[in-house]
Amino acid sequence: MPIPESESKTIDRSQMQVSDEVAIRIAAMNKWFGNFHVLRDIDLTVHKGERIVICGPSGSGKSTLIRCINALEEHQEGTITVDGTRLSSDLKNIDHIRSEVGMVFQHFNLFPHLTILENCTLAPIWVRKVPKREAEETAMHFLEKVRIPDQARKYPGQLSGGQQQRVAIARSLCMQPRIMLFDEPTSALDPEMIKEVLDTMIELAEEGMTMVCVTHEMGFARSVANRVIFMDHGQIVEQNAPDAFFGAPQNDRTKLFLSQILGH
Amino acid sequence: MADTHAESVAYVRDGFLPERPAPARETGVVGWLRQNLFSSVPYTILTLATLWVIWQLGAAILPWLWGGVWHVDSIRACREVLEGAAGGCFAVLTERWAQLLFGFSYPSGEYWRLGVAFVLLGVCLAPVLFPDLPRRLLIATLIYPFVAYWLIWGGTPLAAVSGLAGLAGGAAAFRTVASRGALLGGIAGLAALLAIWWIGGELAAAAPGFLALPPVASRNIGGFALNMILGTVCVSLSLPFGILLALGRQSRLPIIKIACIAFIEFIRGVPLITLLFVANVVLAYFLPPGTTFDLILRVVIMITMFASAYIAEVIRGGLAALPRGQYEAADALGLDYWQAVRLVILPQALKISIPGIVNVAVGLFKDTTLVSIISMFDVVGMIRGPILASTEWNGVYWELYGFAALLFFVTCYGISQYSQWLERRLATDTR
Ligand SMILES: Nc1ncnc2c1ncn2[C@@H]1O[C@H](COP(=O)(O)OP(=O)(O)O)[C@@H](O)[C@H]1O
Ligand SMILES: [Mg+2]
Repeated sequence: MPIPESESKTIDRSQMQVSDEVAIRIAAMNKWFGNFHVLRDIDLTVHKGERIVICGPSGSGKSTLIRCINALEEHQEGTITVDGTRLSSDLKNIDHIRSEVGMVFQHFNLFPHLTILENCTLAPIWVRKVPKREAEETAMHFLEKVRIPDQARKYPGQLSGGQQQRVAIARSLCMQPRIMLFDEPTSALDPEMIKEVLDTMIELAEEGMTMVCVTHEMGFARSVANRVIFMDHGQIVEQNAPDAFFGAPQNDRTKLFLSQILGH
Repeated sequence: MADTHAESVAYVRDGFLPERPAPARETGVVGWLRQNLFSSVPYTILTLATLWVIWQLGAAILPWLWGGVWHVDSIRACREVLEGAAGGCFAVLTERWAQLLFGFSYPSGEYWRLGVAFVLLGVCLAPVLFPDLPRRLLIATLIYPFVAYWLIWGGTPLAAVSGLAGLAGGAAAFRTVASRGALLGGIAGLAALLAIWWIGGELAAAAPGFLALPPVASRNIGGFALNMILGTVCVSLSLPFGILLALGRQSRLPIIKIACIAFIEFIRGVPLITLLFVANVVLAYFLPPGTTFDLILRVVIMITMFASAYIAEVIRGGLAALPRGQYEAADALGLDYWQAVRLVILPQALKISIPGIVNVAVGLFKDTTLVSIISMFDVVGMIRGPILASTEWNGVYWELYGFAALLFFVTCYGISQYSQWLERRLATDTR
């Protein structure tokens, strides 16, 4: 499958460098849930610094695809290589890849029994074996970045949805991941909170983070992504640079989907 | 629209309403009485009926308490003093308190040891019970079982010290070797543990008099102390076993899963009393002839198995209540299975399970009185056996069983109050 080169035109995108180095390579990957063929022949290469947006109707396998990347779901055929390491069923290998890949969920999944700061320091302390002091400094740094350092001592239940999602992003960043996966990070949020989360994600993109985002925020896709992928029935139906993707979609199903999501 | 809500169409509020106090009818003593006791005719009748019952109970019990006889030496003497007036024969408590608390053959000069063990229990349990205390104090909790063993059973402290040293040595060996593989670490730890225990056993056997307290055999321990020992030991052991069983029941490995389910379902399907009879009689058949297997230990094993099965089911409920997202977030951060369980899953699952665990613990503590049926002399065994059978006190039922009930009630009510406090303390979503 040909990979369209990103032709960044807008000012903010020109600063984002895409290198030739491969971050994620998925080749001939198939996955079944029981007898249900949920992902079919997925080929996808993500370069370092690329921002990929995946969209598609509900149930088309978007979540399953990005969950395969950090082995939250097991795939049955094909290969997934993350940052040079091929995903196998070996637990050590999986834990290693997971510590290099950050993931942000639709429902935040913060740990409610830990404070915001403890949420952010847990994995660095136990997985990376960073001293507590240092982990806390890093955590405060990233909490400042997502603009909620003053909530560090509170518990997740005391924060708004938008704040919780930004904490979830900070929590992933504390592991200093090379790749960030987002699974509909804004779709559980009230409209007024969506922007604060998207702003955080845009900043992250501007710093050159490799990002794979499942999202229906088409404004975000237009301004940040350098490739948009449309999935349906477990397959990649169309992928293109955002201008071409939105301006001249080729596949009928893509057209239908875009007219439904952008129309009215 | 416009017809039904004419006034809402063109309405702009130009100032917000100030807060006002609630109407006086709703507050104050009169308001409280009206709301809670006399809100309607049926409620008023219920209130009056309840007051009447309370009055009747008080009229029956209070004179019995006030008029009680505290210092005579037999039930006959009680009756002479009372001359038919209402009054309890509490003299049995003042005369036999030591038997009720410690059993009838614990050497009376050594009662202090049980007292000290009891006080230390409170002190050393505190770091576990109160999460705000410094975590370093947990070391006291770790040492306590060995100190308590030495205090209660006496003999040389070498056995207890080597027990502790074995655990410490085993843990150290595991830590140093575990980096080369968990299995290798486990083997090294176990080897160190057994080696130190063996050396300690030899030492204790060679110098039985070293710093020794007079030894007390298990069969000589009784009274409420026996209930406390069984309750504390079995609850503390059944919690970790229950956690492991609950996790095992969720395991992806079919053998572990089936073994855990079989154990839980079997134990839950059998009455505790039959397990105790097994402990008393049958277990001896399975042991090589000549081995003496302490009766208290046998009973502890049975009660612990029983309670673990129940606690496992309670914790399973807590585990099931956790959203899948918690497991996934822990996985996605790269935590391994045991880290995820220890740091993310169990703290939340246990918190949800507190009421159920306390329920099992309280039930288990009261069930320790069942050992009286296999002729062990716990507080109920003491009452049923030596005390009621004696010529002096034959016939004093209410006072003795009332006292036993009071001991259990105070303990269990304390546990229940503590657990409610802990639930509030751990609530993080509402603060
Ligand atoms: N654990 C699972 N077991 C069985 N089927 C699943 C499971 N998870 C998802 N599916 C099914 O797989 C399909 C794709 O799901 P998903 O990847 O969540 O879609 P999307 O994120 O695009 O909405 C859906 O039809 C869904 O019902
Ligand atoms: Mg989804």
